[in-house]
Amino acid sequence: MKNPFEIATGTVVSGKWHKNSYRIIKRLGHGANGTVFLADSKGKKVALKMSREARIITSETNVLKSFAKAQGKRPLGPSLFDVDDWEHQGQVIPFYVMEYIEGDTLFHFLERRGRTWLPVLILQLLEDLAALHKMGWVFGDLKPENMIVTPPPHRIRCIDVGGATKISRAIKEYTEFFDRGYWGLGTRKAEPSYDLFAVAMVIINCYYPGRFQKKEGGLNQLNHMIRKHLELKKYAEILNKAITGKYQRATEMRHDVLLFIQNKAFLANKSSYNRYQTQKKIRSKKRKQIWSVLETIFILTVIGFLYFAYFLEKMM
Amino acid sequence: MKTGTVRQILLITDGCSNYGEDPQVVAAFAKEQGITVNVIGVMQNDIIDERARDEIEGIATQGGGISQIVYTEVLSQTVQMVTRQAMTQTLQGIVNQELKQILNKDITIEELPPEQRGEIMEVVDELNETVDLEVVILVDTSASMTKKLPTVKEALLDLSLSLSARAGNNQFSLLVFPGKKKHVEKLLDWSPRLDTIPDVFAKLIPGGMTPTGPALQEAIQYFHEKRSFFGLLKRSDDSYHEESV
Ligand SMILES: Nc1ncnc2c1ncn2[C@@H]1O[C@H](COP(=O)(O)OP(=O)(O)OP(=O)(O)O)[C@@H](O)[C@H]1O
Repeated sequence: MKNPFEIATGTVVSGKWHKNSYRIIKRLGHGANGTVFLADSKGKKVALKMSREARIITSETNVLKSFAKAQGKRPLGPSLFDVDDWEHQGQVIPFYVMEYIEGDTLFHFLERRGRTWLPVLILQLLEDLAALHKMGWVFGDLKPENMIVTPPPHRIRCIDVGGATKISRAIKEYTEFFDRGYWGLGTRKAEPSYDLFAVAMVIINCYYPGRFQKKEGGLNQLNHMIRKHLELKKYAEILNKAITGKYQRATEMRHDVLLFIQNKAFLANKSSYNRYQTQKKIRSKKRKQIWSVLETIFILTVIGFLYFAYFLEKMM
Repeated sequence: MKTGTVRQILLITDGCSNYGEDPQVVAAFAKEQGITVNVIGVMQNDIIDERARDEIEGIATQGGGISQIVYTEVLSQTVQMVTRQAMTQTLQGIVNQELKQILNKDITIEELPPEQRGEIMEVVDELNETVDLEVVILVDTSASMTKKLPTVKEALLDLSLSLSARAGNNQFSLLVFPGKKKHVEKLLDWSPRLDTIPDVFAKLIPGGMTPTGPALQEAIQYFHEKRSFFGLLKRSDDSYHEESV
């Protein structure tokens, strides 16, 4: 792995072509492809990515530019602000500047707020993926590390568009656990179903945070892991369809997740309604019993009274 | 721009050559003929000695390719990444040359403003997808590699999977060294997929010598044989040749 860039807080990065300046605040992270910094641009927080390879910066900005064309109100990836070169200590460092996406990574968020949030976040993700696919792109390298849940209103966003590939081309970048090719369950051709497989694996990963190694691989192992976890098992039908490539579009999978949530809510409601109904029945039965006892006492009292009256009359 | 052919040698080894020509010289010779040499060094119990490291990096540098030294576990991802990156590198070199001709100036992609760089990158991406690719895979099967061969096999199947997702044609052939009688033995003749290796890999008897240089030489020869064979059928030599980057 290449060394990250070490750039001190307060350093001003200025672009050779567009002449914009950015003041480095801190390093956000670093991966195989470059280093990302939090920076200040005229009082606004932005994320700035540098790479030793111009190729990386160029192809990622190309992707972000095409994403922007489709992103109406709900952008999945960060918006792109600037691309430039920084001449620093005799070196030319290519960089781009994008929207700073604040929030927790998917795992942190679920840890804090509970996995009840997962289905709704998946719904959001699938909606954004549907839009992306419609414009002819596949996200490619979907994984929880690259998913951020924003502060309220909570919404899932994806960073790191390095894997984004035009539909029907060969997937550019992937992570084995989320790659259907690795599991022997499909090609590495960019198709919507490639992303949907990865979404299923993201759900599985949420229940197996340590992931697991491929053993015999294939459907058997994945199905076994799904069925082994009680909570995950509830998603079995959806996961199975996504893993075996039954969903051609994100909207189909989204539809099933939506039904899943509604069903769960319906079942939950139904069972509590049932409980209420039976309680009511039990209660009214009790009431009936009380009434019948009171009735008996009343009748007995009346009879007793009449008998007493009759007795008195006889005596006199 | 017409779609040509990218030619690569992929060398998978874990140590130093100890027989025949200096592999770095042979790699430089390959590069002169438009063949890129990429090298993957497989680590032995998390270590690799200094001399092996130098040789691995040297071969790739001379061969105009990329080298990576890796643990066996990440071999699959590395093999496909190195192959694809080297393709991009070659294609970018070609585009740079075309640029020089068009602009009549000694200029590289990196020196252009970011906007134009973006447009050129799209061309490179397109070429990457459609170009024909020929790879001679050269696997070191000396004794120390024996235990790693199942993983190597898996990595090669995975490479085939990655590349077959492209629109362009792929041709692979597989050579191992040292061979039973010769320095090099051919396990798989030119074919579009690598699915047939499982059986042949199992029959290997590991040898003691590591004739990396002669093996590379044979691999270069292999491209020529292919060309002359196909040359009989159709006259075309539109290989991408990167002169200087
Ligand atoms: N737009 C952004 N907003 C906020 N944080 C970001 C943004 N982009 C990147 N980061 C942070 O920087 C880290 C590294 O970024 P990124 O994943 O893009 O790098 P990479 O080199 O492509 O890494 P990888 O090896 O995972 O591909 C991320 O994990 C994330 O924490």
